[in-house]
Amino acid sequence: MRIAVLVKDVPDLVEELELDESGRALAVDDLSYVPSEWDDQALEEALLLKEASGAHVSAVALDTGDIDNMLYAALAKGADRAVKLVGDYDRTMPGRQRARILADYLADAGYDLVMTGVQAVDDLDGQIAGLLGGMLGWPHASVVRDVAVGSGPVSFVQEYAGGRMAEFRSATPLVLGVQAAKKPPRYVPIARIRQVSRSATLEEVEAGAPSAESTLAVQRLYRPEAQGHATMWEGDAAEVAAALVALLDEQHLRS
Amino acid sequence: MGPIIVVVELQNDAMSPATGELLTRARQLAQARSTRVVALGFGEAARSALAASGADDAVLVVGADPYVPTLAEAALRQMVRETSAGLVLLANTTMGMDLGAATAAAEGRPMVAYVTSLTAVEGGEFTATSQVYAGKLVAEVAVPEGSVLTVLPGSWPADDAVAGGTPVREVAVAPESAMELVRTIEPETGDVDITRADVLVSVGRGIQDPDNLELADELAEALGAVVSCSRPVVDAGWLPRARQVGKSGQTVKPKLYLALGISGAPEHLQGMKDSEIIVAVNSDPAAPIFEVAHYGATCDILELMPLLTELLGEAG
Repeated sequence: MRIAVLVKDVPDLVEELELDESGRALAVDDLSYVPSEWDDQALEEALLLKEASGAHVSAVALDTGDIDNMLYAALAKGADRAVKLVGDYDRTMPGRQRARILADYLADAGYDLVMTGVQAVDDLDGQIAGLLGGMLGWPHASVVRDVAVGSGPVSFVQEYAGGRMAEFRSATPLVLGVQAAKKPPRYVPIARIRQVSRSATLEEVEAGAPSAESTLAVQRLYRPEAQGHATMWEGDAAEVAAALVALLDEQHLRS
Repeated sequence: MGPIIVVVELQNDAMSPATGELLTRARQLAQARSTRVVALGFGEAARSALAASGADDAVLVVGADPYVPTLAEAALRQMVRETSAGLVLLANTTMGMDLGAATAAAEGRPMVAYVTSLTAVEGGEFTATSQVYAGKLVAEVAVPEGSVLTVLPGSWPADDAVAGGTPVREVAVAPESAMELVRTIEPETGDVDITRADVLVSVGRGIQDPDNLELADELAEALGAVVSCSRPVVDAGWLPRARQVGKSGQTVKPKLYLALGISGAPEHLQGMKDSEIIVAVNSDPAAPIFEVAHYGATCDILELMPLLTELLGEAG
């Protein structure tokens, strides 16, 4: 079983998101980036499959800038191979363009299973798993967990609202948008990633140019206009606790 | 313009509230654009929802129940092609995420996800707003005719009553063998039902460590409340899935929802924004949870919880 895990980085939401002068895009050069948390879940699930069944795991990323460490981290965690798709790319690329480049690479790269995060914080024009499924004409599913692989079909569980779930079996090649791995993503110390970066090689693959296919025209990007903002209680924890108790009394919510 | 296709989803064997919202907006837009609304449902279970859809054309895909992503996608794509759909509306649910992006990509149509508003503009196009970056920013985008949109449930109200009795016609799709359903899994019945609690002490990533859950348990006990949580706490294995509030968990409407260390991603807000009183405590003053909370604070939840427990104990 050959598994490709598609990983990307996204703006770190802990920091303030600055807009560029146009007001239609983020000031991408002023932001710091972190691996997309759902891609981390997909990578972990793939590594667990490798440990359980000997699957071969490749981490694949578009070279949108400064992504080497993310790929070295995947190798340090246990991925067998890291593939960097190289081209004239940058972080402003919409998901649809990224998906097309990935689809062109994946179409004949020989993977049985493609796993990626169920969503990303910036996938305004569609989630990568669905886009790839549509472009490649491969079966696909989103909001997936509990993936199992063997010699035959791949099985997985899909989640729905209200805690309902269903288990499916699918032929390969298959694309899965992973919601959560069976275990929390593993941690690797930075020292280990540095060590791997000195000994391992990232496989560079020349990939296609971004296309203008169905690109969305963003007219404006802005902070939500508060429909109503919370009344903020200032002060330390003791003062907030006192305010909360007063509210409970006022609302007759004390048990 | 071609018709507006609305994908019908069920919840507890009836039309889901999110589908009702989509149909409401679809009817308004169809009137503005002099076109029709086509409601598309999967399998016999969708028949009554389709009949009550108020759509101009209600289409039942025969043999597509229970839901299998590949089969439903084939049916939707067939309908989109046959009708030259002017818009395709889906809820931003599991089904919406399965079918939306894939249909858009396969049929060469634009796609807009996480939509919170959709209006017709002069000149033939539409404008949508979408929540991006975990609700920290809103993108306003031009929506060309033919686009596929997944809409966040609860983005606009649904009409209360729709004249029922829409005739339902049946269509068949070619059998799909790539993917098959093995079994459905009913929700875990936890030790408590968080949907029935009057007061929820709900913890998120800000709880930091499973050992700190004891503080939430003690506070809940002092409050006569139940502990619930956001998704990351469940994914970390710290609390069972039955305690999860949000899109893939439970929808709750308690008298008081105390959100501790929860930032308020759209998926979480979807499950709790209709609570009577929401109090949120999060160290990030820009956290989206404060947009829906009635009261908020940015103090340290790990300090707050024991203080509050102590105060409640003293005065109780």
